Amino acid sequence: MADLIGGKRITIKELNAWYHSLQALTNVNLLIEPNKVTAIIGPSGCGKSTLIRCLNRLHEIIPGARVSGQVLLGSQDIYAPEVDPVEVRRRVGMVFQKPNPFPTMSVFDNVAAGIKLNSRRSRNEIATIVEKSLRQAALWDEVKDKLHNSGAALSGGQQQRLCIARALAIEPEVILMDEPCSALDPMATLKIEELIQELKENYTIVIVTHNMQQAARVSDWTAFFLLGELIEYGHARQIFSNPSDKRTEAYITGRFG
Amino acid sequence: MKQQLYLWRKIKDKGMSQLIGLSALMMVGILFLILGYIFIKGVSALNWDFFTQLPKPVGEAGGGMANAIVGSFILLGLACSFSLPLGILAGIYLSEFGRNQLGTTVRFAADLLTGLPSIVVGIFIYTLIVLPMKGFSAIAGGIALGIIMVPVITRTTEEMMKIIPLTIREAALALGIREWRTILSVVLPAALPGIITGIMLAIARAAGETAPLLFTALGNRFWHSGLDQPIAALPLQIFTYAISPYEDWHAQAWAGALVLIILVLGLSIATRFLTRGRYYFMR
Amino acid sequence: MIKMLPRNAGDALFRGLTILFALLILGILITAIYHLVTGSVPALVKFGWGFLTGTTWDPVAEEFGALPLIYGTVVSAFLALIIAIPFSLGTAIYLSEYAPLWLRNPVSFLVELLAVIPSVIYGLWGVFVLAPWLRTTLQPWLGKYFGFLPLFQGPAYGVGLLAGGIILAIMILPIITAISRDVLQAVPQEQREAMLALGATKWEMISQGVLPYAHSGIFGAVILGLGRALGETMAITMVIGNRPEIVISLFGLAQTMASSIANEFTEAVSDIYLASLIELGLILMVVTLLLNALARLLIWRVGRPSLETV
Repeated sequence: MADLIGGKRITIKELNAWYHSLQALTNVNLLIEPNKVTAIIGPSGCGKSTLIRCLNRLHEIIPGARVSGQVLLGSQDIYAPEVDPVEVRRRVGMVFQKPNPFPTMSVFDNVAAGIKLNSRRSRNEIATIVEKSLRQAALWDEVKDKLHNSGAALSGGQQQRLCIARALAIEPEVILMDEPCSALDPMATLKIEELIQELKENYTIVIVTHNMQQAARVSDWTAFFLLGELIEYGHARQIFSNPSDKRTEAYITGRFG
Repeated sequence: MKQQLYLWRKIKDKGMSQLIGLSALMMVGILFLILGYIFIKGVSALNWDFFTQLPKPVGEAGGGMANAIVGSFILLGLACSFSLPLGILAGIYLSEFGRNQLGTTVRFAADLLTGLPSIVVGIFIYTLIVLPMKGFSAIAGGIALGIIMVPVITRTTEEMMKIIPLTIREAALALGIREWRTILSVVLPAALPGIITGIMLAIARAAGETAPLLFTALGNRFWHSGLDQPIAALPLQIFTYAISPYEDWHAQAWAGALVLIILVLGLSIATRFLTRGRYYFMR
Repeated sequence: MIKMLPRNAGDALFRGLTILFALLILGILITAIYHLVTGSVPALVKFGWGFLTGTTWDPVAEEFGALPLIYGTVVSAFLALIIAIPFSLGTAIYLSEYAPLWLRNPVSFLVELLAVIPSVIYGLWGVFVLAPWLRTTLQPWLGKYFGFLPLFQGPAYGVGLLAGGIILAIMILPIITAISRDVLQAVPQEQREAMLALGATKWEMISQGVLPYAHSGIFGAVILGLGRALGETMAITMVIGNRPEIVISLFGLAQTMASSIANEFTEAVSDIYLASLIELGLILMVVTLLLNALARLLIWRVGRPSLETV
């Protein structure tokens, strides 16, 4: 396996994605900065979820799905023929729309799941990483007494933070979040948003959201997609205060979507 | 160390996917192995006499299973004549009125009946019908097969009627059509293709059943002579011939197996294509 | 589905009619249980629990101990499970996780065809194809390399426990496969994606993400298969050898409860003989009813996973 250096910065070049004959992404070029939060916004069906699923090669697991183009993680093209998608996914963590802890595993085992796959470590080492990840996900204080209860017994917001801890435990370089708050109540959403701000110290974060206020609150960079194409990309402040494209303006002012 | 672990994971992944593919291949292989044998052995023993002649006594060459083929159809006819109305009406109850304790109980009873070993059904019909009638009979055999068919028909009828949208019922009721007419002339016809599928599968299953006939229909070397008399059936005849020590009879058993399998598989495959056509049409 | 009180005679009549037929289904089950219980009363009275523990099944001496038959039934059924589970599970996983879309339906269909082949035809194939192959090929080979185990000792007849187990295995393959496949397909896609996103290989995704989620449903499928194997009659009657003895070796001849009934029912001249055979049927019925109830409960639970896991 080639030594992967650099990391964290993502360069998307000429990316196209299909579901069977339906083109979901057309010719996307995008530079995602390290240690920043990049938000992907756009109306439903614009390809924003497809885009981030291309960044950890999860798009291709759907039967009939295809990708062309390049995605560089650091300097390594993750779509190069010799690259193993399993290795890519270890380096790029993902948090899903609906909290999806493994229901048959305890809180502890949920967080440890990824570590156990990717390395052989002693119980103590694993326990240390689990605690660190749960602390990073701001969940430790709430679950430290019920580490061995089922992960499915937590509240929705806690489950989502558990999923974040699970993603952090494998020490990824990038974290992808696919509408992580859409199934949560406002309080839980606020907690996750605070967490995102803390996490960007150490990770590159790409977040898909249909909530423009959220994108404005959490992101440094914002990309607006429409019908599978990148329409506009810039600093969040610029996108939301002074968009240069009419369609972006129409979307963020709520005229469609 | 890390590389080693990675390699081991890759090997395990590849190995398991090979094993899994292999098990699927073997499963399909077994099917063709069995079907192939029956086909080869059966075709060589099959001739026109098989369909027209009565069995010959041991030692005489030739003969056929005409009586058993006719017997099987009579038994299936008897089975249908009582399992169809019973199964369909009970299914209608479960689908239309069965959202209560009684419905749950009946549904569960039907599921348990499906799992009842067919030999137990044989014993049950023996004590229920053969003993009081003081003799083995076509009727007893038909009822035994019918009991095996009932739960299948009931549950398919229920499932098929449940997927008919509520709006169709409401539309009919809104026109002032009575509930019972709505169910019989609007919902039931819409669900009929699916219900027929279930019936055909039930018939396919019953056609091959042997155990419940052993001490109800009993079997008969001659043409049937009345519904209150023992009657021959194709699977019974295959069984008798297969465990006999005579070469001639073994050949006849293979021929019988071929005829039976064509009947049963034919029904299943026809059902398959029938429903595929229907679903396509409905979409 | 329609919540409305019957408003006229036609509706009331129709509803009453359907209730009547629904009750008939319940009636069939209850009558079956009643007849098997009353039919076995003489044996129940005469032998009591000794029926289950007695080791002699001797119609001539009118001594009926069912233990050899129970032994044959249980051993052949578990042998069948041991053989069938890996193949069924492998095929179910293949169909749900590996097979290309265009291949899924045809392969599922072929597996279902295995389920519609009549038992007596499996028996025929078992007698004339499987048993000779066992006698000339597999049993000598097992005897040569594993003969130090008591399981693989003794003369190779071809027919016997091993043949019975293999035939039963083939017969329960389709049901375990079909239900396991359904259960696996009911596992939410998010579970798979969560595992993959952690850097799991496909097999790790299946073994740690999919199978644990589906385990109780798969267990239900296996129990259902066990129920079938225990009650299966014709095929096993034709290949098990029909000797009511307890043998350790899988090469030995044996007898199951169902095959005893099939072979001896029409010859049972005395009341106690008949009652003993009916009691065998009663045991079979009770065991399979319990297994079916358990299996359906397990499968039903996966079909509708509790809300907290969603």
